[in-house]
Amino acid sequence: MTPRRRPEGRLVRSYVVTDGRAHPTRNTLDLVTLLIAATDLPLTGLNPEKRRVMELCRPGALSLAEVAGHLQLPVSVTKVLVADLMDSGHIVTRAPIPAARPSDARILQEVLDGLRARL
Amino acid sequence: MGSAPASDDVYLRPTVKTAVKLLVVGHFAVGKTTFVGTLSEIRPLRTEEVMTQAGAVVDDLAGTRDKTTTTVAMDFGRLTLNDSLVLYLFGAPGQQRFTKLWQDMTRGALGALVLADTRRLSHSFDVMGVLEELDLPYAVAVNDFDGAPVHGLDEVREALDLLPETPLVRCDARDPESSTRALISLVEYLLSRESESELEHA
Repeated sequence: MTPRRRPEGRLVRSYVVTDGRAHPTRNTLDLVTLLIAATDLPLTGLNPEKRRVMELCRPGALSLAEVAGHLQLPVSVTKVLVADLMDSGHIVTRAPIPAARPSDARILQEVLDGLRARL
Repeated sequence: MGSAPASDDVYLRPTVKTAVKLLVVGHFAVGKTTFVGTLSEIRPLRTEEVMTQAGAVVDDLAGTRDKTTTTVAMDFGRLTLNDSLVLYLFGAPGQQRFTKLWQDMTRGALGALVLADTRRLSHSFDVMGVLEELDLPYAVAVNDFDGAPVHGLDEVREALDLLPETPLVRCDARDPESSTRALISLVEYLLSRESESELEHA
C-alpha cells in the first residue's frame, strides 16, 4: 500500500481553492470526461489552482481523473474548478458515452478488438 | 512548481473521441495497484480524498457526534485502444462503496474485474456483493501469488459461489499479457450479455 503523504502542491485547504463550495456548478462531469483547454482565452483573473488546470491541459486533452491525479487534488475539488472553467469558456469537454447506455455492443467490440491487438 | 508533466505521452491523442472505464476491484493488498500499473501506458495516477464518515450513508454512524475521517484512494491508468477510443482502469477497494468517489467510479463503467487471492477467498464476498447491488457485471481473476495454495478453478468457483456464466480466470498481475487476457475475458462476457439482451429485445 502506498504510504499517505501530504502532496507537495497543496499548501491551501481544499475549501479555499473552491471558494468554499463543495459542489460543482454542473453535474455532468465524469471521471472520464475529456477536457480540452481553450488556447485563445487569457488566464487573467483565474486563481492559482485554475491556472494550474489550464497550464496542465493546454498541451493536450486529458480526462478529469488525470487532471486530479497530476495536480494532486481531490476529484471533488477538481470538478468544482473544471466546472467553473467551463462556465468561463476556458475548458470544453468531450462528454463520455451516456451513462444510460454504457454497454453499447459496438463500443464493447471495439474495446475487445483493442485489447486483443495488444497480445 | 511546474504543472505540466514532462513527457509527451501524458496527453491523449488528438483523435480520441470516446473514453470508457472498467473497474479493478478487490480487497486490501490483492494486487489492484499492480494490475493497473502493469497495463497502463501512463505512469499510474492516484487520487485521495479525506472523507468524514458522518456524511456517509452508514446506519450505525448516523447520529454520531464524533466525526471519524477516512482516506479514500483510487489508482488509475490508461490504455489507448485505437485512434479514437481510450480505456481507463480504476482500481479501488469495495469498502469505499458509500463514498462519492466510488459512485463516480462506478457510474457509467462497463463492468468490473474482481481480483481474488486464494489465501483469502472469503474477503472477496464483500466487493462482489457491492457489484451485484449495483448491477454491475463482473468477471473474477485469481491473482496468482507466489506461495499461495493452488486450487483448481472449479474449487474456486464453488468457494466464491459464482454464477455459471461468470468468467473465472487466473492471472499474474505483474504480467502484461496475463493481465490483458483477464480483461479480455471480462469484455467477452460483457459483449455476450449485450448480444443476448439485444436478441431479447429484437
